[in-house]
Amino acid sequence: MTGTSVRHSGSVDAAHSRHLLLQMLRVRQLEEKCVELYSAAKIRGFLHVYIGEEAVAAGVMTSLAPEDAVVATYREHGHALLRGVPAGAILAEMYGYVEGCCRGRGGSMHLFDAGTRFFGGNAIVAGGLPLAVGLALADKMAGRSNVTVCFFGEGAVAEGTFHESINLAALWQLPVLFCCENNLYAMGTALVRSESQTDIALKAAAYEIPAWAVDGMDVLAVEEAARRAVDAVRSGGGPHFLELRTYRFRAHSMFDPERYRTKEEVARWMERDPITLLRAALETAGQLSAAEWEQLQADAQAEVAAAVDFAEAGTPEPVEELTRFVYSEPGGDEELRTGTATRAGTAAARRHAGKTTGTP
Amino acid sequence: MKSSYREALRAGIRDAMIRDERVFLMGEDVGAYGGSFAVSLGLLEEFGPDRIRDTPLSESGFVGAGIGAALGGMRPIVEIMTVNFSLLALDQIVNNAATLLHMSGGQFHVPLVIRMTTGAGRQLGAQHSHSLEGWYAHIPGLRILAPATLEDARGMLWTALQDPDPVLIFEHGSLYNVAGELDDDAGPVDISTAAIRRPGKDVSLITYGGTLPAVLDAADQLAADGIDAEVLDLRTLRPLDDAAILASVARTHRAVIIDEGWRSGSLSAEVSARITEQAFFDLDAPVGRVCSAEVPIPYAKHLELAALPSVERIVAAAKATAGAGG
Ligand SMILES: Cc1ncc(C[n+]2csc(CCOP(=O)(O)OP(=O)(O)O)c2C)c(N)n1
Ligand SMILES: [Mg+2]
Repeated sequence: MTGTSVRHSGSVDAAHSRHLLLQMLRVRQLEEKCVELYSAAKIRGFLHVYIGEEAVAAGVMTSLAPEDAVVATYREHGHALLRGVPAGAILAEMYGYVEGCCRGRGGSMHLFDAGTRFFGGNAIVAGGLPLAVGLALADKMAGRSNVTVCFFGEGAVAEGTFHESINLAALWQLPVLFCCENNLYAMGTALVRSESQTDIALKAAAYEIPAWAVDGMDVLAVEEAARRAVDAVRSGGGPHFLELRTYRFRAHSMFDPERYRTKEEVARWMERDPITLLRAALETAGQLSAAEWEQLQADAQAEVAAAVDFAEAGTPEPVEELTRFVYSEPGGDEELRTGTATRAGTAAARRHAGKTTGTP
Repeated sequence: MKSSYREALRAGIRDAMIRDERVFLMGEDVGAYGGSFAVSLGLLEEFGPDRIRDTPLSESGFVGAGIGAALGGMRPIVEIMTVNFSLLALDQIVNNAATLLHMSGGQFHVPLVIRMTTGAGRQLGAQHSHSLEGWYAHIPGLRILAPATLEDARGMLWTALQDPDPVLIFEHGSLYNVAGELDDDAGPVDISTAAIRRPGKDVSLITYGGTLPAVLDAADQLAADGIDAEVLDLRTLRPLDDAAILASVARTHRAVIIDEGWRSGSLSAEVSARITEQAFFDLDAPVGRVCSAEVPIPYAKHLELAALPSVERIVAAAKATAGAGG
């Protein structure tokens, strides 16, 4: 299997395909809104958007069970949303309000949500991999059949931590699915300028981990590969590794003048926009009417609009609480102490959103 | 000549690259990207990819390689994007760079300069807001610099490159855009003394790096209230310029230390201890401190501001000290 591409079978049912299209649209619209809100100075700090890469999170998240764990990077708004964190709680977090999923203490790069077992939001490149290994170790030792999915960029592959982590996972046969989002750039450093061997799946294979490269612009291909990998991991097959070949359409962050790549290169990749690709395939197959497309867009827009309302109505945490959450608070915040419950703010965001559009 | 802190740093790197062909710059995104804080912008075009060397994401690897290159006779400038990521290279810095000279019985020098951004204040959340220069100042074998002015931004690098031992330069992220006048021929500066940025007789405000502007503002406010504060910029955090600290306290008899690091086990604690050890009988009041709140730096603006030393807190601490004692 190693190093070969997995193609999807093509016989996926139309309703499910439309569901995946909606998931990608939800992320796209949320991210577009984030950029707008950043320009309006509502969101501060670093902001990394996922535009162009939506098929990866969409395809992987639909393959997970609620008990599974997810670890992601600072480019994680889409992962959080598709894992089931309400858009309102995400936006309120970026506004720095107490209604945010982390009370405004994390910000864009550090979204966490115990209720959906979403373990962040890590802004140290490769910093999440050892966490995923540890989460999986705990599951294995406790005899739980959960899977821990760990997302990271191809830039992380150069870090020693990457190698240490996948070695441990392989050595101990831990239930981790490593998802390398290979968008070809780590900030301004192209993969070919940082790796002697650019076939990333091969690196995992060197640690005896089954690894595939997948077209990360094809959400159906991602989903099929993720399902197979998740099933294999869950049934005791040890860690698996997917290299998802994708591309980021926007700048690395809001501070990136993009000196390291050409507009032509970006334009070429945008021809493979995952949303456009799936939409076209569905239309060609007669499985997506103009009205249905309009409806999907309207649904995604409505969700984002409600989320903005929720965030706009947010409130700053009283400064008197500044030094809370440095040590756990015995007898304090019950929801935080138990560690699995959903934060009140996050639950409120979920209620505000009315129906949830895409929980796993 | 008008210059920003960023441009002054760049000019310092250019000077060094031109003066000594053993000098090269290496780090993540120093080349094609133009430097993550645009310090090295344009240098790739001028000096080429061998001397403005982009590295993969591997802090331990490329810092270690910098140590090796220094051992091998080069004069590397290694840029670590920020102090936060230097933790991935801590082993190389503490176990190799700082110890090789000693362990080799004086045989192997490590003439390496490591530059990195430090500090909070830009709503970047806990993992991007550390001020850990005080930690590094704990390590024998390292020299730790904190340029707070344009002259120092431009001039410390060359002197650091002349040092036979490893030097770490901490550039506070809030300073890059600070602009002002800098002499065209601004050149190397000494890297072993503290500097009085504002003379005064009533209280010594001792600080360094990114908090210097706030301390100077505080001194202005204090002046309006009739308190004449002296502002001492430590510049070099290791080894500390004890003589300058003690001389200032001998003049003012009162001291407040302002440090963006956390109070516990901090550089401010060290300075305070030295004052009480060596100038106890000069003091008219207990030494005061303004540090960051003991909390990972929060993202939300109001919480972040509340966590960091502010002009108000500095003024209040100085007044408390001035009001205390005899
Ligand atoms: C250890 C560490 N070094 C450097 C950085 C600065 N940095 C932030 S994102 C990034 C690029 C990472 O690229 P990649 O892993 O491919 O993820 P992508 O941004 O492409 O999703 C860098 C260098 C960091 N956050 N952590
Ligand atoms: Mg990348």
